[in-house]
Amino acid sequence: MPELLGKDFTPPDIRGKVTGAAKYAEDFRMDGLLYCRLLTSPMPHARVLNIDLSKALGMEGVVDILTADEVPEQPGAAANILTNEPHFVGEPILAVAAVDETIAQNAIEAIKLEFEPLPFCVDPLESLRPGGPNAYLEGNTVVPRQGVQEFKWTAEDFQAAGEGELPMGEPTAEWSYGDLEAGFSEAVFTLDETFVTASNSHHSMEPRTALAYWENGKCHVRGSTQSQSFVVPGLANYIGIEPENVVYVAEYCGGGFGSKGSAYPTMAIPAHMSRKTGRPVLMRISRAEEYFLGSARPGFQGRIKMGFREDGRISAVDLYIVQESGSNGGGGDMGAAASSVSIVYTPLAMRYRGISVLTNTPPRGAQRGPGQNQIAMAVEPLLDKAARQLGIDLVAIRRINAPTNDSRYGANRQPVTSAHLRDALDIGAEQFAWQERRARSGQRDGSKIRAVAVGQAFHSAGSSGYDGLVRITPDGILHIHSGVGNLGTYSYASTSRVAAEVLKYDWDNCEIARGDSSLGLPWNLGQFGSNTSFTMTRTNYAAAMDTLSKLKEIAAMEFGGSAEDYDISGESVFNRSNPSRRMSYARAAQRAIELGGAYSGHTVPDDINPMTARAVAGLVDTGLIGVARDNMGQTGMVPALAAGFIEIELDVETGKVEILDYLGVADCGTVNHPQGLATQIKGGAVMGFGMACTERLIYDNVWGLPGSVGFYQAKPPSYLDVPSEMGWAAVNIADPQNPVGSKGIGEPLMGCSAAALLCAISEALGGHYFNRTPVVIDMIVNAHSGQPQSHTPLQVNTQ
Amino acid sequence: MMKDMIPGFELIQPASIEGALNLLEEYGENGWALAGGMDSLGWFKNRGKRPEAVIDLEGLDALKGIDETADGIEIGALTTLTEIELNPLIRERFWLLAEAASKVASPQIRNAGTLGGNLCQDTRCWYYRYGVSCYRAGGNTCYAAAPEALNREHAIFGASRCVAVSPSDTATALVALDAEMVVRNSSGERVIKAENFFMEPAVDIMRMTVLDPEDLLIKVRIPNTWTGADFYFEKVSDRGSWDFPLVSVALAIKSTGDRIDDARIVCGAVQCIPRRLQNVEAMIRGQGRDEDTAVQAGAMAIQGAKALNYNHFKIPLMENLVKRAVRG
Repeated sequence: MPELLGKDFTPPDIRGKVTGAAKYAEDFRMDGLLYCRLLTSPMPHARVLNIDLSKALGMEGVVDILTADEVPEQPGAAANILTNEPHFVGEPILAVAAVDETIAQNAIEAIKLEFEPLPFCVDPLESLRPGGPNAYLEGNTVVPRQGVQEFKWTAEDFQAAGEGELPMGEPTAEWSYGDLEAGFSEAVFTLDETFVTASNSHHSMEPRTALAYWENGKCHVRGSTQSQSFVVPGLANYIGIEPENVVYVAEYCGGGFGSKGSAYPTMAIPAHMSRKTGRPVLMRISRAEEYFLGSARPGFQGRIKMGFREDGRISAVDLYIVQESGSNGGGGDMGAAASSVSIVYTPLAMRYRGISVLTNTPPRGAQRGPGQNQIAMAVEPLLDKAARQLGIDLVAIRRINAPTNDSRYGANRQPVTSAHLRDALDIGAEQFAWQERRARSGQRDGSKIRAVAVGQAFHSAGSSGYDGLVRITPDGILHIHSGVGNLGTYSYASTSRVAAEVLKYDWDNCEIARGDSSLGLPWNLGQFGSNTSFTMTRTNYAAAMDTLSKLKEIAAMEFGGSAEDYDISGESVFNRSNPSRRMSYARAAQRAIELGGAYSGHTVPDDINPMTARAVAGLVDTGLIGVARDNMGQTGMVPALAAGFIEIELDVETGKVEILDYLGVADCGTVNHPQGLATQIKGGAVMGFGMACTERLIYDNVWGLPGSVGFYQAKPPSYLDVPSEMGWAAVNIADPQNPVGSKGIGEPLMGCSAAALLCAISEALGGHYFNRTPVVIDMIVNAHSGQPQSHTPLQVNTQ
Repeated sequence: MMKDMIPGFELIQPASIEGALNLLEEYGENGWALAGGMDSLGWFKNRGKRPEAVIDLEGLDALKGIDETADGIEIGALTTLTEIELNPLIRERFWLLAEAASKVASPQIRNAGTLGGNLCQDTRCWYYRYGVSCYRAGGNTCYAAAPEALNREHAIFGASRCVAVSPSDTATALVALDAEMVVRNSSGERVIKAENFFMEPAVDIMRMTVLDPEDLLIKVRIPNTWTGADFYFEKVSDRGSWDFPLVSVALAIKSTGDRIDDARIVCGAVQCIPRRLQNVEAMIRGQGRDEDTAVQAGAMAIQGAKALNYNHFKIPLMENLVKRAVRG
């Protein structure tokens, strides 16, 4: 039985967060600090023809101005550091450094810019029309390895689509498996539905502030990122230096939700400005700027045809997605959505086609469940529609299509490491008293209708091949060096506990080195894609096993025999046949320093990443070094699966939806940190409720102006929009490809709650399916009062 | 364009109402009376309003508090929304106002935000707030009324070049309660009926109230006329907290037995001013307070409503809210 894993603990950064002692990027101050503000584009697409800085540079307190010509240009369609051809309102054109922010802003007002307005586009479908506007001068879509290209559908493509149906011209991405035609001919019920999922912002509570200064050839950056080690190479690239010359500190992060997983261009602006001025530079990002620079989830305009057998089994799926990819080409959401369909519903045959279209709106990027959660919102209500038609229970239709350990994933029919969605549905149905509650679903009391529903979602949740690094110092302390960022899930701590578990450490005698690359941190994957629990339990396991071997070898050298003769307990290593031959870890650490070589970091394995090797080099002779690459191997994709059960009350007269109860169930392998999981399930649910019903990211079609640049306009859910108590549960079956059974889980916990809520709304309305998210009050009121919706079926920027 | 950086201004903190009034007169259009700051600071941060002098009213204790008078109560304009929400006298006599105050924004905003500020706040039309040069901002077009504009929050009544709506939750309640606004400037004091306090765009498109730059809202008087009446308040918004109404309704109603003697009914967020439904009031007078009357009231309430691109839903929503209010 594990001593640490599976148990709650207090992560070491909590005290700082609660007391306010925690220092986020904008909390740092330094002598001679300059403050930097951005001049951003007022137009959705324009070319800067002339910049007159003379008046601004002459203002008292203004120190310098950085323009796009002085920073590395980003190739193709990309988020830029600074640019002379902005592609969205709010894109940074130049930066001003001054002795305070007010002066910097005053200077910005004194800069004279001459623009040439250029054509722009905020609706992907419009851009695909013959002669439609392009977001870039070069075109409207990003073709891999070819950059931005113009791509138009034909007038016939548009004419071929029926009223309100998605036209389906030539795609830029396509795959299929199985016999699609046979699948549809086998179906007794076929749906062909057009849908829209609107884009939504990340609403990171901490805007992406950065501070930078240079010292002895190295650039020191304080930033706000979900990840730690993974950020460094990208950041170095934006600054234009080698990764070993970056010192990166990101001890705390006030939320990223995917938008701060990797380095982002604007975080390099203080570094460039600092190099130019020779002074430290802080660039605070405001809330409105965060809505411009903070990325957003790509919206979908899609169409899905699904064939069902009489028993509810999905025989065929034909999916087409037009992805709204903002000014940078977005992410891989549409492909991820398609792969998600292949594993959540395991259709016997499937075809996917997609096209990603640039728009003159903020950059798109991964947001919690990128692609998987959009498609969960689109498809799950349709599953209910089919269940209704076929007379099948809502849980039953999900069970029959749910993946198992033998299921295959995506275009390449990849195997999976473990899949227990069916167990999650069973646990949820039992704990939520599904049958009992379903009996009252649809009951009306005055203007209020009760509804009970279920939703599901998926994300691939694990990787391998990264490095672990731990160290025992002569005082007996275990230092777990983690390159995991502090994104708010405490995964940096829960994954670190694996090393302590392997070495049978008292947790009080362990310290986590993290959040500052100068502490010597290993190369770890970033904190995105729900991977950390799988990936970095493995790296810490690998490093701990290396440490264990070295402890035994050192003891064998001291007491004789071979390493295999030794075991550990009570933070000491002992001879199994003669336990009195015992050496404390503290003593072993001292011996490691005396022995040198691999024991104290003079040599490292050949296969570790150069970043890890540099980290070890900085720790040489400080103790016993355990360092290893995760070479445990991995076959197949690691699925994180989740089911959400919900009961709501919908008031048909006001369109208001009250969530009465919610239960989230996770298939995340062995539960490593129960409290962390509970928080993820509930927090994910809250985000999902917002994405499904309240959030908005809108752009005026005529002017390209943003209508949601503050919390009150973008509307993430408030505390009165969610239940004060929510339930959680886990399947808790170990994943066989993780040494401690762990899988990630963060992302589908949002998708399943969003899907459940949307399904419940449709249920309350007697089977009215909106085929659009978010489902806002307007739509419910219109639907109930029998008047047409204000939007057409494929319209974007509507709510 | 969002600036998010407050520019410099002269901050003046008068110690008396007279001092404040003198400053307002002195600075005129270039002065700005600051109460809780919940609306003002947003404008300043965006550099959308750039007063030369900000006259901070915080020190004027005479403008704070709730007093009983011979024929009602008086609420100082600087009284916070939280105080109004929790005040026993208001809860007992004018629950409608306490309820409306409790639905404003969030607890933090209600702790700092004042009644005067809530009544005098500017509209939340997102185009106008963004900083476009629209009629209301002194320009020559309305972005929100354009054929493809995103205007789900906007007016279904009384549009006149501008289609913005009144965002205030307390305004609807005070019009329903037949309150009076006590307004003072350095020349003297005048009392204005709540329903005449708000400005229609057809009269002055650049103001939300009748206040001139040198005027200060001193206090709000609520007569005992509606003490003991039944009240109904409901606000529908996208979120339960920190949100403006899509439509709201405030009703004060007196009945004898099942028969309605008198009522005042007001809707918010459907017009640039709180929309008093006098036709509905007249129609329900003498009727039974029942479903039939409620249905008729709802239907009458929306007569003449005119939807824009994205706010068709407001018409049935307003009809439903009026129906619910009358139904009780």
